[in-house]
Amino acid sequence: MAELLMPKLGADMTVGTVVAWTRQPGEFVRRGDIVAQVDTDKGVIDIEVFATGVLEQILVLPGQTVPVGTPLATIRETGAPEERVPGAWAGPPPAEAGVAPQAPQAPPPPLPPPASAFGAGAVARAGHQPAASMAQPEPPGGMPVSAQGPPAAPARLRISPSARELARALGVDPAAVQGTGRGGAITREDIQRAAAQRAGALGRPRAEEAAAAGQPSAGAPATQQPAPGPSQAGPAQVAPPQLPPPQVAPPQAGPPQAGAPPTAAESPLAAAPMARGVQLPAEERAARMRQSIAAAMSRSKREIPHYYLGTTIDLHRAVTWLAAENERRTVTQRLLYGALLIKATALALRDFPELNGFYMDGRYKPNEAIHVGVAVSLRLGGLIAPALHHTDRLDLSTLMERLRGLVQRVRGGSLRGSELADPTITVTSLGEQGVELVLPVIYPPQVAIVGFGKVVERAWAVEGQVVVRPTITATLAADHRVSDGHRGALFLAAIDRLLQQPESL
Amino acid sequence: MKHDDLRQTVLRVLGEIAPEADLERLQPNVAFRQQLDLDSMDFLNFVIALHEATQVEIPERDYWRLASLDGCVEYLAQRLSARQQ
Repeated sequence: MAELLMPKLGADMTVGTVVAWTRQPGEFVRRGDIVAQVDTDKGVIDIEVFATGVLEQILVLPGQTVPVGTPLATIRETGAPEERVPGAWAGPPPAEAGVAPQAPQAPPPPLPPPASAFGAGAVARAGHQPAASMAQPEPPGGMPVSAQGPPAAPARLRISPSARELARALGVDPAAVQGTGRGGAITREDIQRAAAQRAGALGRPRAEEAAAAGQPSAGAPATQQPAPGPSQAGPAQVAPPQLPPPQVAPPQAGPPQAGAPPTAAESPLAAAPMARGVQLPAEERAARMRQSIAAAMSRSKREIPHYYLGTTIDLHRAVTWLAAENERRTVTQRLLYGALLIKATALALRDFPELNGFYMDGRYKPNEAIHVGVAVSLRLGGLIAPALHHTDRLDLSTLMERLRGLVQRVRGGSLRGSELADPTITVTSLGEQGVELVLPVIYPPQVAIVGFGKVVERAWAVEGQVVVRPTITATLAADHRVSDGHRGALFLAAIDRLLQQPESL
Repeated sequence: MKHDDLRQTVLRVLGEIAPEADLERLQPNVAFRQQLDLDSMDFLNFVIALHEATQVEIPERDYWRLASLDGCVEYLAQRLSARQQ
């Protein structure tokens, strides 16, 4: 049994809010699959699993905020016996879950506006649902039981827990659905059909909604509006860990293969507009990111005795090599000089372990692997520095491809948790429209940050002649508790040397 | 593709790269970079998306011709008609 924990996405993160589950209990998941989205002050982050097996129980529902390290779900690893976590818990009871005081069992409005309001309904329902009703396991034989209905429901419904959960996710009132299962039980298919019919009535096909839900959050209209109810109340609350363990049952008592679980693409949970419903409004998000940056930078300036070094590097060889290289490459494979700077930095770091690691609990721990964090600015303010894992081992084409994807995901709001978690050093490059010099601030608990200004043509002396060369100013801010200027200077010189041999990067 | 279609394509691609931009107010004959906060990575993604939408191979030395909306439309139309001949 493996647990998926609320990850720590940056040194300053203490809590996170589950926004949505993109996979459902009973589904087979592979290591690296994205199973959930978590809202942090760095935006909505995709969370991957680190085990392969069956997603068994979901322990934290969308809209709930829990501390870092809290189990979010359990995964029965391939080959492991089925079991339950006895101490599993699912956050605060519904009444305290920070849910808007909407009528919990009101049927979905006949013509709800798209996305946000639609999603809010679904979330409100999710929060109010007594968790116990979902925990009801099916008896052997897979016969759908009449799970304990909602308090206001006039009659007990014949509906499986997984169908009920799906209904909640999609904002479908099960009482209004005609069951086609054994004994008139409501199946997952019935719920999906009902949701599709309603979507059809709205003139907005399901697939389109799925596409809309997958859009970059920064620009999606739904997130521009203040998110309703749950989003405002939810994130501030942290669930006390001593609550009873409501469990989410897998959809079938038998093996998950039975009944062919939906693929991620067709999974209604993945498409559910509730993914938008619990997100923060844009301004609130920006304000929180500002606070987060302020906290990290204040800590850095307070605790880290920075020293700063700078040197100007001739980029003639690098730029010439790059132009020739890009001439040969199709547009999708072209390189930016930024990729060369990052690669050179990563290679140089191999000889400078005192710049690549973490200062924690009063001592320095060098990190063997080199994960360069790349500072990416957001156009509406703020920045995020996700990691390019094993940067020194990536060839330039791969590094460029990852970098491009990373920037796109940062600006599109679909970063993966593993990319945020563990950069061992940061590189900040102000781009060609910026300024010549940056004196960066170390991001704790890292101990160094490398800055690059814009490329500037300068008069440059080469073998007694003055020539015009493209140049760039590289700076290093490093932690004096760990290293000294002498070593830092050697490190910048190593970057310079590597950039003079671009073909071997 | 007609000019109008190309214009729509360029605007769509731009909207994907810079979702927060107000494209209705975009001046077609002024460089994107003076109107939108695009960096070299955004621009590369823009060029790649244009390539994917039109199948036009865009060499790096032609990038300057893609600086504005009008420039993009003119360049792509020219390359597409050259391909048909």
